[in-house]
Amino acid sequence: MNSGFLSFLRLVLGSARDLAPIVLVIGFFQIFVLQQPFPDLERVAVGVVLVMVGLTLFVQGLEMGLFPIGEAMAHAFARKGSLAWLLGFAFCLGFGTTAAEPALIAVAAEAARTMAEAGVIQPSGAAQASYALGLRLTVALSVGASLVLGVFRILKGWPVHLLIIGGYVVVVILTFFAPPEIIGIAYDSGGVTTSTVTVPLVAALGVGLASTIRGRSPLTDGFGLIAFASMFPMIFVLIYGMVA
Amino acid sequence: MGLLGHLWHTTLATMLDVAPIVAILAFFQAVAIRRRPPNLRRIVVGFIYVLLGLTLFLVGLEEALFPIGKIMAQQLTDPGFLGIGPGDARWLEFGWVYAFAASIGFSAAIAEPSLLAVALKANHISGGTISVWGLRVIVAAGAAAGVALGTVRIVTGTPLYLYMIVGYAVLILQTWRTTRVAGGLVPLAYDSGGVTTSTVTVPLVAALGLGLASAIPGRNPVIDGFGLIASTALFPMVSVLGYAELAAWRARRRKAAAVPEPDDERSTA
Repeated sequence: MNSGFLSFLRLVLGSARDLAPIVLVIGFFQIFVLQQPFPDLERVAVGVVLVMVGLTLFVQGLEMGLFPIGEAMAHAFARKGSLAWLLGFAFCLGFGTTAAEPALIAVAAEAARTMAEAGVIQPSGAAQASYALGLRLTVALSVGASLVLGVFRILKGWPVHLLIIGGYVVVVILTFFAPPEIIGIAYDSGGVTTSTVTVPLVAALGVGLASTIRGRSPLTDGFGLIAFASMFPMIFVLIYGMVA
Repeated sequence: MGLLGHLWHTTLATMLDVAPIVAILAFFQAVAIRRRPPNLRRIVVGFIYVLLGLTLFLVGLEEALFPIGKIMAQQLTDPGFLGIGPGDARWLEFGWVYAFAASIGFSAAIAEPSLLAVALKANHISGGTISVWGLRVIVAAGAAAGVALGTVRIVTGTPLYLYMIVGYAVLILQTWRTTRVAGGLVPLAYDSGGVTTSTVTVPLVAALGLGLASAIPGRNPVIDGFGLIASTALFPMVSVLGYAELAAWRARRRKAAAVPEPDDERSTA
């Protein structure tokens, strides 16, 4: 028990190192650049301790829960040999986790407001809400599709860079045809879709598949799923901006 | 809201966030795989840790760092602090803004749990060749450059797509070079982009972008405020590929220094 507590303490110290830079940066700018006192130092200290303990628990949970289940399911699907189930799982994982993502809900609402101000859609609340919902579903659909393609790529052993570069070329071409208001939103939507719980699961799924299938390297073939999940939303949202 | 209320509220929000994932995992486990995963009890405990950990992490960030970080972004971009009048925004006068952008980009990426997860995974499968801390520092350096360049873009008012197209062109060039010398690292480099913009980075960077776009005359916050996350996600890919190239080049040089090539002898003779 005691040694367990000690090793937990050591992990918390590791988290302290991860958080030191951001605390130092904010402290430096507050005191030296803006020359203002730290407001409510007690509350800040409590918050920093919570962040440290939280990060430590998260990393523990990652190693105990998220990584093993992702890999176990990858192995089980590969053994079962059913492509339909595997691709169905990949799609649901991408669609289900993205549709409910709070960061995306915020960005979609913001985007609808932008488009209404720019006069692209009706300024009424109903029109904005339906635009935001459409945008959210578009992004969720695109993340689902990206994981399907990403998993299929691992099975086939296609090189990731050709697909990604091809995707970016499509993004650039679409940029010239999409309404200018949607461009920033589309580019940002790629970054906000991959949440903290989804990333470890998806990484474990990819690496698990690549290490089960003969002739695939976990490093070269296992990574890349997250890259697809960040690129597809850009393409889909640019298209959504053109048609909606 | 008191600390306990905040904790309770965030616990519920995190549970709602994790619920669809658990439902999908359970459904496919029960219907498609039809077998209990090994160490089910340990996995359940792990999920509880993740839930608890994320909750504490978010509450701590929202209690301690986000309020100051956001106020700081507003104060640094305040026309009074910047000493600019209307119509007088020269981009070189924003030194502190760029410095803040770069440092917050770097330090937020280091604290990002998603990046830590990918770095841990890469460390496992490379047998320790890729160091967890090393990968995170390189990605964070890229994020720093991305946020700083993104703020330069907002200050100068140059269009986002120019930066992105140039960035993509550099990325394609680098990919083409890296696939020949260190191709295994390319997918990992691409993944590093998406994971950098997450829980810690997005709120701080978005606040900086919106603050800057509303402080500078002639910028439209709803249009120019967007796009900062995109450049934050682009540059870690560039920095990881750049590092892969550098490492491969150094390895070649070491090899060349250890075994003199016949060509060298001919040229000196």
